[in-house]
Amino acid sequence: MARMVTIRRVVVSTAAAWLFGFLIFFPILWMILTSFKTELDAFATPPSFLFFHWTTENYATVQERSDYIHHAINSILIAGLSTLIAMLIAVPAAWSMAFAPTKRTKDILLWMLSTKMMPPVGVLVPIYLIYRDFGLLDSRAGLIFILCLGNLPIVVWMLFTYFKEIPKDILEAARMDGATIGRELIYVLTPMAIPGLASTMLLNFILAWNEAFWTLNLSTLEAAPLTVFIASYSSPEGLFWAKLSAASTLAIAPVLVLGWFSQRQLVRGLTFGAVK
Amino acid sequence: MKLFAGALLGAVSLLAATPSIAQTTLTIATVNNGDMIRMQALAGDFSAKNPDITVKWVTLEENVLRQRVTTDIATKGGQFDVLTIGTYEVPIWAKKNWLIPLDNLGADYDVADLLPKIRDAVSVSGKLYAAPFYGESSMMMYRTDLFQKAGLTMPEKPTWDFVTDAAKKLTDKSAGVYGICLRGKAGWGENMALLTAMSNSFGARWFDEQWHPQFDKPEWKKTLSTYVDLMKQAGPPGASSNGFNENLALFNAGKCAMWIDATVAASFVTDPKASTVADKVGFALAPNAGLGKNANWLWAWNLAIPAGSKKVEAAEKFIAWATGKDYAKLVASKDGWANVPPGTRTSLYQNPEYLKVAPFAKLTLASIDAADANKPSVQPVPYVGVQYAAIPEFQGIGTSVGQQFSAALSGGTTVDAALAAAQSLTEREMTRAGYIK
Repeated sequence: MARMVTIRRVVVSTAAAWLFGFLIFFPILWMILTSFKTELDAFATPPSFLFFHWTTENYATVQERSDYIHHAINSILIAGLSTLIAMLIAVPAAWSMAFAPTKRTKDILLWMLSTKMMPPVGVLVPIYLIYRDFGLLDSRAGLIFILCLGNLPIVVWMLFTYFKEIPKDILEAARMDGATIGRELIYVLTPMAIPGLASTMLLNFILAWNEAFWTLNLSTLEAAPLTVFIASYSSPEGLFWAKLSAASTLAIAPVLVLGWFSQRQLVRGLTFGAVK
Repeated sequence: MKLFAGALLGAVSLLAATPSIAQTTLTIATVNNGDMIRMQALAGDFSAKNPDITVKWVTLEENVLRQRVTTDIATKGGQFDVLTIGTYEVPIWAKKNWLIPLDNLGADYDVADLLPKIRDAVSVSGKLYAAPFYGESSMMMYRTDLFQKAGLTMPEKPTWDFVTDAAKKLTDKSAGVYGICLRGKAGWGENMALLTAMSNSFGARWFDEQWHPQFDKPEWKKTLSTYVDLMKQAGPPGASSNGFNENLALFNAGKCAMWIDATVAASFVTDPKASTVADKVGFALAPNAGLGKNANWLWAWNLAIPAGSKKVEAAEKFIAWATGKDYAKLVASKDGWANVPPGTRTSLYQNPEYLKVAPFAKLTLASIDAADANKPSVQPVPYVGVQYAAIPEFQGIGTSVGQQFSAALSGGTTVDAALAAAQSLTEREMTRAGYIK
């Protein structure tokens, strides 16, 4: 009897998990389906789910009108390098806060997070003027810098919470054996925190990849990433849903693939320290 | 010998790297509308005529573009050489000296050929600050088959009373056909474009000569209650979230008997590839209330040069090419006369080939002629603009008022409460901005 209940529970929870997963994935699925519709089908009411005239003409139009590769390379460089630099700064910062806290550590952490509480548009004009004077407008370096700064508080916070889970004694043991801080960081801390580091990196990469405010406002042509590419397909006059969906599908494709391959690390990282 | 060969190689590669003519790169910011996309595709013609100028495009959604370009021009960032801006921005930016007057568009540009109402809308103190690329007004589009079936005849100049009666008669909710589709989505360029133009026909105005808001006057009450009653009885469900595109889809699917919106829609609803009712559409002027003003707006997308640009001469050449008379011929030769950008030049409306393929051309012209940005309402006003007031504060105020009116349509508030809220919020903002002393 107990066995029956268990099986039923497994079936129900599996079905619920699949349903929940499907609900979360549905907007993305709908976008992908819309990208294969004609503009008229995309706007049709009631909408058809699968039985419509399938076409790849939207992808052809998007390829013809925009330089996808140029935007994709910019996105990869900007998101990748801003993540890398943020990690280089955040790992030592989080280490010192987790393992050598001072009286003000908590305040510093909170102060760092508080910078995320201001809407970015509030500092748009000052940043724009600074970028203009330093010649950073429409440059990859400028976008890498601002995205790195913007994501640093979250990265430091995430790494801090992961590092807090690691027993101090292990690091002390390494120190007793004569390890320097650098060796301690690289050979002891890093291997233990790999799931946390990986998920932080991936989350930071996704945040940088999706960031639309600064990338739209500070880039024009040369540094324009995929967010600018998507924004060029929305229109107030005329039908555009299918083409916009095709552009969006192309824009999320790389990060979707990356997420797919690193999902094991991501899940491990996100549940790291959940069970003691 | 080796040294000589190296020097020779260096000199040759240096020569090869230096272009024969100094290249100027123009960065053009534009919106994602069909006519603009066509301009990008045809830009090869400009490059062929001007090999020393390279053209690069930044295409953005209208609101994103507006914010992006405003930031750049206000900070003199110099990221763009040619801007696509609306008639709303032109007078505001020209007065701030953000735009360069277009005095040198060439001897054959023929400024006098521009439609007078459109030309006025993009001029300040008689000087042209932007060149119109395409212009539009709004008009009535209706289903001739449904009118015939109901025994109704659409007058060329319909009144609101006629439209209200006809809409109720034509509504057949069981068949999914609604008497009238109008914008309901909140926004200064969405429902407020329609409602401000509609209010002009009822004799209302946004502000009196001392900039006091006028939502507490009977004319506005008449406007809003007519709109809400009409839409509740004869409009499609969920109309408070419908904008241009949603109504276009409804009309093309045969669900609207009447639709009042931008004249540019005429080519979409008569296109057999996009519309199921392409051969059953008639056109008329936007309705009036017998006060001498129709409920139609006036808008144009224009090309302008920001004051920060260092490539003014090349930018002027480009603008003269894109908005000149020859551009219409170029479009006609590649994509046919029906695709020529409408609403900017008198000569287009005298061209028999264009008139042959555009049955809506005469009404588009009549609608543009009927709108006057300098005298939008029956009563005197202190502002310029038909469906907007060309002051920087209008975007914010217009959208807030639009939210109130959209709520009145969806039933979230009453007509009286929406008007009272609109009055108080507009008065507060106008006082804060210093218009009301």
